[in-house]
Amino acid sequence: MSTRIADTFAACAKAGRPALGIFTMAGDPDLETGLAILKALPAAGADMIEFGMPFSDPMADGPGVQAAGLRALRAGQTLNKTLAMVAEFRKGNDTTPVVLMGYYNPIYSHGVDAFLEDALAAGVDGLIVVDLPPEEDSELCLPALGAGLNFIRLATPTTDDQRLPMVLRNTSGFVYYVSMTGITGAAIKSHAAVGAAVKRIKGHTALPVAVGFGIKTADDAARVGRDADGVVVGTAVCNAVANSLADGRATAGTVGAVTALVRDLAAGARRARS
Amino acid sequence: MTDTDGAATRANSFRTGPDEDGRFGIFGGRYVAETLMPLIRDLETAYFAAKDDPAFIAEMAELRTHYAGRPSPLYFAARLSEHLGGARVYLKREELNHTGSHKINNTLGQILLARRMGKRRIIAETGAGQHGVATATVCAKFDLPCVVFMGATDVERQRPNVLRMQMLGAEVRPVTAGAGTLKDAMNEALRDWVTNVETTYYLIGTAAGPHPYPLMVRDFQKIIGEEIRAQMQAAEGRLPDALVACVGGGSNAIGTFYDFLDEPSVRIYGAEAGGHGIEVENGHAASMTGGRPGVLHGNRTYLLQDADGQILEGHSISAGLDYPGVGPEHSFLHDKKRVTYVPITDKEALEAFQLLTRLEGIIPALESAHGLAQVMKLAPTMRKDETIVLCLSGRGDKDVDSVGRYLGMNA
Repeated sequence: MSTRIADTFAACAKAGRPALGIFTMAGDPDLETGLAILKALPAAGADMIEFGMPFSDPMADGPGVQAAGLRALRAGQTLNKTLAMVAEFRKGNDTTPVVLMGYYNPIYSHGVDAFLEDALAAGVDGLIVVDLPPEEDSELCLPALGAGLNFIRLATPTTDDQRLPMVLRNTSGFVYYVSMTGITGAAIKSHAAVGAAVKRIKGHTALPVAVGFGIKTADDAARVGRDADGVVVGTAVCNAVANSLADGRATAGTVGAVTALVRDLAAGARRARS
Repeated sequence: MTDTDGAATRANSFRTGPDEDGRFGIFGGRYVAETLMPLIRDLETAYFAAKDDPAFIAEMAELRTHYAGRPSPLYFAARLSEHLGGARVYLKREELNHTGSHKINNTLGQILLARRMGKRRIIAETGAGQHGVATATVCAKFDLPCVVFMGATDVERQRPNVLRMQMLGAEVRPVTAGAGTLKDAMNEALRDWVTNVETTYYLIGTAAGPHPYPLMVRDFQKIIGEEIRAQMQAAEGRLPDALVACVGGGSNAIGTFYDFLDEPSVRIYGAEAGGHGIEVENGHAASMTGGRPGVLHGNRTYLLQDADGQILEGHSISAGLDYPGVGPEHSFLHDKKRVTYVPITDKEALEAFQLLTRLEGIIPALESAHGLAQVMKLAPTMRKDETIVLCLSGRGDKDVDSVGRYLGMNA
């Protein structure tokens, strides 16, 4: 099992700040620009990268992430290309964790064993698969853990104390707390409730807890990052890409739009506990 | 040796699924986001408690008889049989149910369940609008707010049903994502459900989705086959020789087939949407004939997908069959070769639509016309003392505009 995720959370904790996770959709808006964005993220302040595997039917995603996935698919993105992008990224970066995030069918279609082998070879550190709850652990979670990849589980406001141990049992790397009952890009209704939920989960596990869904701005990152070990931003990143395009195509400003946003978010994360 | 015999009997039965994990062989399961899992587990508990509760059973029986109008007739189609020149063809008249299709069987059951669970808001997806209408109907009757997600393409081609839903008090939300058909409507319904999970009951219309939906919908629809058995006994004094039903998600089909799965003398056929032809890339919606197993909308099942596991939109003239997946129990029955699934093209369905209309004075839904097209192929190959029962799952009033356009009729 790679130690990049554990090392990253430990280093951020030592620095007294939450880890900043940045979600970007692989191949959005095209392969070349997507790769440039990926490579630029660590220097802009991303501590961890959640790399979206585009899927035609993203049932837990709001319009921002849906559109990013569609742009990538229309530009010809495939799972093999996504894995190749990670391998290319690893040539210049051996410390920033990369967690693949998406839905199960493209992985199932690729073949679970082949996928795990290819992901490990590419330098992937973990997986987040939205439509694989603990009830389906035998599909991918257990094989992934056996192969040496972290399997990061989502916990949600509907995951009560009775269910939480089941959700945490085969989770590794960190726990991803979904801040709301809703889809990506919606708004957090109560920051106090999110903070309380993070504390509740930390009462059940020694793993770091990162919060995602609904964190859009540096201020959001600062507020949520007070209690959480990590904050994840996705929709805002996808929207930054979308807003930089001209006629649906990348412009000279696309990569810069993302890195500017990430720098701002990183500043927010750094002041979370000051 | 009783145990061994029992195990052998079960092993030979096609009616043992789903298991406790919601699986029919490798198909089915519960592939949903964690946010929904606690609710899915609650739903399973609530359903198992309800289905054996005498009060629930009595309320369902009362509603089926006096509200839906069951039992639906089994009608001997004399002119159609004579025209086809082979087997005697019977029509199970599900289109005579209240709301005009078999969909009311399921929505009555699920609305009672939603009430027992204390849910205050109902959402549904719909393709042809038949399930949407049946859902809007029970929501009106039980005074619950109702939102129906419907692909924008389907809103256009099934306009009469949109108006019916609106008149019944439902809000119809057109979905413009993807091709604007049933798959996209289901995605959007799932997104709404994740957002409003505490208050909202998702009333799925077909025998697909995460466990326990495929089981529950089958249980509410299996009365179709149970009635066919009794009615054929009365009419012919024996079992039918063949059963035919159309398969989109497959709720009328599983309801028709289930009671006969362990009757080896009964041949069973499911008519899938062959669209422009099974050989046309992305030009059909025949997931079993033209797809391969994958995971979508909460279950593993046969899916239309590309080499990379991206789901295809598919195509069918019939909005109700225009879906890239199928209920998991059908995938199981396909793999076990218990049911023969055949593709029927748009053209064949249109011909069947016109034939039944002219010969019997019954305008079938375009969905049901796919089943009828299979009957037209099958009946001439059978003896005149053999019988076929077709589930006439819905009436075609909703389709007259679009069929008129296809046929070049000027209104």
